[in-house]
Amino acid sequence: MNTPISWIKAYVPDLDVEVQEFVDKMTLSGSHVEGFEQKDKNLKNIVVGKIESIEKHPDADKLVVCQVDVGKEKLQIVTGAKNVKVGDMIPLVLDGGKVAAAHGDDKEYPDGIDIKKGKLRGVESNGMMCGIEELGSSRDFYPEAPEDGVYVFPEDSGVKPGDDAVHALGLDDTIVEYEITSNRVDCFSMIGMAREVAATFNEEFHAPEIKKTGNDKDVNDFINVTVEDTELCKRYCARVVENIKIGPSPKWMQDRLRAMGIRSINNLVDITNYVMEEYGQPMHAFDLSTIAGNEIIVKRAKDGDKFVTLDGQERNLDSDVLMINDGEKPVAIAGIMGGENSMITDQVKTVLFESACFDGTNIRLSSKRIGLQTDSSFKFTKGLDPNNAIDAINRACQLVEEMGCGDVVGGVVDVYPNPVKEKVLPFEPERYNGLLGTDIAKEDMLKIFKKLELQYNEADNTLTVPTFRQDLGCMADLAEEVARFYGYDNIPVSLPKGEATVGKKPFNQMVDDVAREICERNGFSGGMTYSFESPKVFDKLLLPEDAKERQAIVISNPLGEDFSIMRTVSLNGMLTSLATNYNRRNKVARLYELGNIYLPKALPLTELPEEKMRLTLGMYGEGDFFDLKGVVFELFEKLGVAGAECEPCNDIPYLHPGRQAKIMKGKLDLGFLGQIHPEVGDNYNLKTDAYVAVLNMEVLTMIASFDRKYEGIAKFPASTRDLSMIMDKEMFVGQIEHVITKNAGKILESCELFDVYEGEQVGEGKKSVAFSLIFRAKDRNLESAEVDKAVDKVLAALKDLGIELRS
Amino acid sequence: MREKLESIKAEALSKIENAGNLDNLNDIKVAVLGKKGELTAVLKSMKDVAPEDRPKVGQMVNEARAAIEARLEEERTKLQRQLRTEKMKRETIDVTLPGRRPMRGHRHPNQTALEDLERVFIGMGYEVVDGPEVEYDRYNFELLNIPADHPAKDEQDTFYITKDILLRTQTSPVQARVMEKGKLPIRMISPGRVFRADEVDATHSPSFHQLEGLVIDKGITFADLKGTLEQFAQEFFGKKTKVKFRPHHFPFTEPSAEVDITCFKCGGKGCRMCKGSGWIEILGCGMVHPNVLDMCGIDKNEYQGFAFGIGLERVTLLKYEIDDMRLLYENDTRFLNQF
Repeated sequence: MNTPISWIKAYVPDLDVEVQEFVDKMTLSGSHVEGFEQKDKNLKNIVVGKIESIEKHPDADKLVVCQVDVGKEKLQIVTGAKNVKVGDMIPLVLDGGKVAAAHGDDKEYPDGIDIKKGKLRGVESNGMMCGIEELGSSRDFYPEAPEDGVYVFPEDSGVKPGDDAVHALGLDDTIVEYEITSNRVDCFSMIGMAREVAATFNEEFHAPEIKKTGNDKDVNDFINVTVEDTELCKRYCARVVENIKIGPSPKWMQDRLRAMGIRSINNLVDITNYVMEEYGQPMHAFDLSTIAGNEIIVKRAKDGDKFVTLDGQERNLDSDVLMINDGEKPVAIAGIMGGENSMITDQVKTVLFESACFDGTNIRLSSKRIGLQTDSSFKFTKGLDPNNAIDAINRACQLVEEMGCGDVVGGVVDVYPNPVKEKVLPFEPERYNGLLGTDIAKEDMLKIFKKLELQYNEADNTLTVPTFRQDLGCMADLAEEVARFYGYDNIPVSLPKGEATVGKKPFNQMVDDVAREICERNGFSGGMTYSFESPKVFDKLLLPEDAKERQAIVISNPLGEDFSIMRTVSLNGMLTSLATNYNRRNKVARLYELGNIYLPKALPLTELPEEKMRLTLGMYGEGDFFDLKGVVFELFEKLGVAGAECEPCNDIPYLHPGRQAKIMKGKLDLGFLGQIHPEVGDNYNLKTDAYVAVLNMEVLTMIASFDRKYEGIAKFPASTRDLSMIMDKEMFVGQIEHVITKNAGKILESCELFDVYEGEQVGEGKKSVAFSLIFRAKDRNLESAEVDKAVDKVLAALKDLGIELRS
Repeated sequence: MREKLESIKAEALSKIENAGNLDNLNDIKVAVLGKKGELTAVLKSMKDVAPEDRPKVGQMVNEARAAIEARLEEERTKLQRQLRTEKMKRETIDVTLPGRRPMRGHRHPNQTALEDLERVFIGMGYEVVDGPEVEYDRYNFELLNIPADHPAKDEQDTFYITKDILLRTQTSPVQARVMEKGKLPIRMISPGRVFRADEVDATHSPSFHQLEGLVIDKGITFADLKGTLEQFAQEFFGKKTKVKFRPHHFPFTEPSAEVDITCFKCGGKGCRMCKGSGWIEILGCGMVHPNVLDMCGIDKNEYQGFAFGIGLERVTLLKYEIDDMRLLYENDTRFLNQF
């Protein structure tokens, strides 16, 4: 919402503060100022001058020398402007003055341009005549200004030499831009803002005085209004103006509209725009001659109806769109835009004014469906006060009379079946103080309410809330009104008392923290990717048509296909990020992400999906499968998870079939690990060996434990036996390890692989594997025979698998 | 005998003096004190000495031996030290060569900012609570005093999955969930991912993070809210930080406020970061709306509370002076390595 301070002053005449103080205090009372533009910031020492004579410049064909009357003196001014003649009143910047911009360039001058007297081709010039652009405005708002040349005041402007030209042009103004919150519908109007200003600066607020208007005729003889849908149309007011005389509107109105960024069109259009800004109430004007049967019927459209709005566009309607109809046809989409068939032309003789209150939600939804948003629909969507509609239409008629724009017909058609009544709320000063933590006197509160036009009824200790303050409905609302005018700054500062509470994190987040620590310690940096992705991801990951991962939640209104499904696999983000790094020529990348995947229990969704936290690690450039496996098992150790194993598999489609494993602890699925399938790499434009691991954090959280007990340091010597064996190449080392740990008994302290060899010496299809077994007892020296017995048992078990010791 | 011993000793000491290295020294030791050494030979010839002289001769031999051994030890120490010194001299390295650094990962700046925030609130007695990212309309809107067709629903540009299920647009639904459980008093924070239908650009992302805070107890006031957030701001942004509360509107709090802090770059003088104002908007907050308490089953006449919400990315971008939000989601290691 933009408001010119000059317009606000029309209702708060005693307002007298510097701009900075104005915006600061408005912000602190709840009208957040987002910015302001001082129109005359770079305009200084500019007066109205009257050109008394024009002579040729002795040395320059393109220049003339003028004598200009500026009131108390006459000045010689040299100009190149071609449009001036003797007798013209022009804006003239004097020596030491300032203008906002230069003629003929589009550059910005944040500090304006200083003007000094000087000589132009040897002839003294004591200032500069200004074009409208030099004054920081444009022909859009001053259509009377010449396309190229000095601004000349119109003859009827009433200015005289020496007047302040900036004031005469209405440029001595500041436009303040507010962020109005959705609850303050009333502040989308000049009057509403003026009320806030008056309350903030403790000045008197003067609402416009609405006088009785209209001639002896009766509006009911001109128009009959029926509202069929009183839910969607809470009030419909109509008035008629005859003998319309289209012409320009007066300067004061043009100035105000201009300050709002609205171009003056003609008196009739300007009046509706003016009232919309002043009262926040959209109005519509129909050419009454186009209204068949002198009848207005407000009712819903039918599905499939089409309608041409006054911008010439055909619109598709449905039965939730409210329409204004005459006796035969629709003539406007209620609250959104009028029809081409009833629009005002320069030939209009009789006008029907409409000032109605339509349902905000309906207008919002209709305007969205039709795809048409207008100033009018914007205002309606906020949910207007029906009691405002009558004032607005009467104000418009008053302006019509004052401006001699036509003859207002007597009376108002007012269809208002369920008038909105003022709310009455109890006055509860203790509770306001109790909520705010303040000790504000009752009397001070009442003063604030009075400024806000809430009437205090002493008899029953209640407050009557005007209908334009629809946002006030409970104790807390009233407490806020007290707070914002008492000043949030003045409310004391304290800390919550009462029961002490313990600050803590849930266990799963502690597990996440350990995961982050381990990842980072091993060179993996924290990444962050989106939760939604494209359904094409499944193909990129080579998932078969019937893969359960394809059962993904679909967003009904996504930003685009690329963001349309909730991820069921965490890899897409990781692979995309690795590819980004690879294609930006980063030699090495190690990334991890902790983020949810979303698994629907059924589709379409009838209940919330399962959100499962996944730790995804990805890397390329340095290290292989076993480096990544090492990191994963390092994490397990840190989490107190023992007995996890990599089970070879080949059914994860996005991983290299010979380099993938499920990570299991017994029957618990902890995740998987592997090298990215080269075809998947190609799909992501990641053309290097990349490795990923995905861990199921909800399972790890379930089994993680940070409990540790000291086990003592071994006191007795260990006995080491190395076993070197030959086996089939396809046989997994993990299997051998299993046999060893299972058969070596309690005295086996550890069993470590120290060599794997394939080659001629061991024969085709075979490999040699060597383990170092360390035996130790906690409570005694081990006898050699005891160790031999354990080793024999291991060897016997290996033999069952067909494995012999290497001789 | 005495002369012989003196001569052996003198010769030995002189040899030791000129040994020059440890090998020579060892040879001398063997030659003099070894099994076949000169001094040992003297001892062996004791049988030729008169029995009454033997103790005396023995003593003389031992004295000579001790003197030689002491000298040997002294020389060995000297030579060893020399040797070590020479070795260390050879071992001199160029300490200005670069150190070998372990490959270390880097925490995402957003995560670090979150942990910094959490630390402050955990220290103040707040419990961290999780909530679902795919949420019911009821928790995201309805229980937060945003009924069906409320314009605020439009403002938040919600991603819907079904009519009733959506991607949460804020972390506030966790408030409703915690209140509904009914365990009082409440002091909690809830950080997490939220989603809004904003196109990706330098300052917008359809997915970002918020941190929600909620306190419910008897007699909680707006003054407590002010005090709490002031304490937070000073812990997080520095002791000198000033806090400004501006009236605002949120459907689920009343009174509501937006909070500005003095710009931590310029300290309030005005700079590019704060667009010259000296202030930076940092969060939204307010007293929990009585309707919200009501709907979540808390007696609004007995309990009051406050809530606040912080945009995490905003804090991250400001804190680390990151000029483009997209960097946070690209995961370029050249970006991540800077944190």
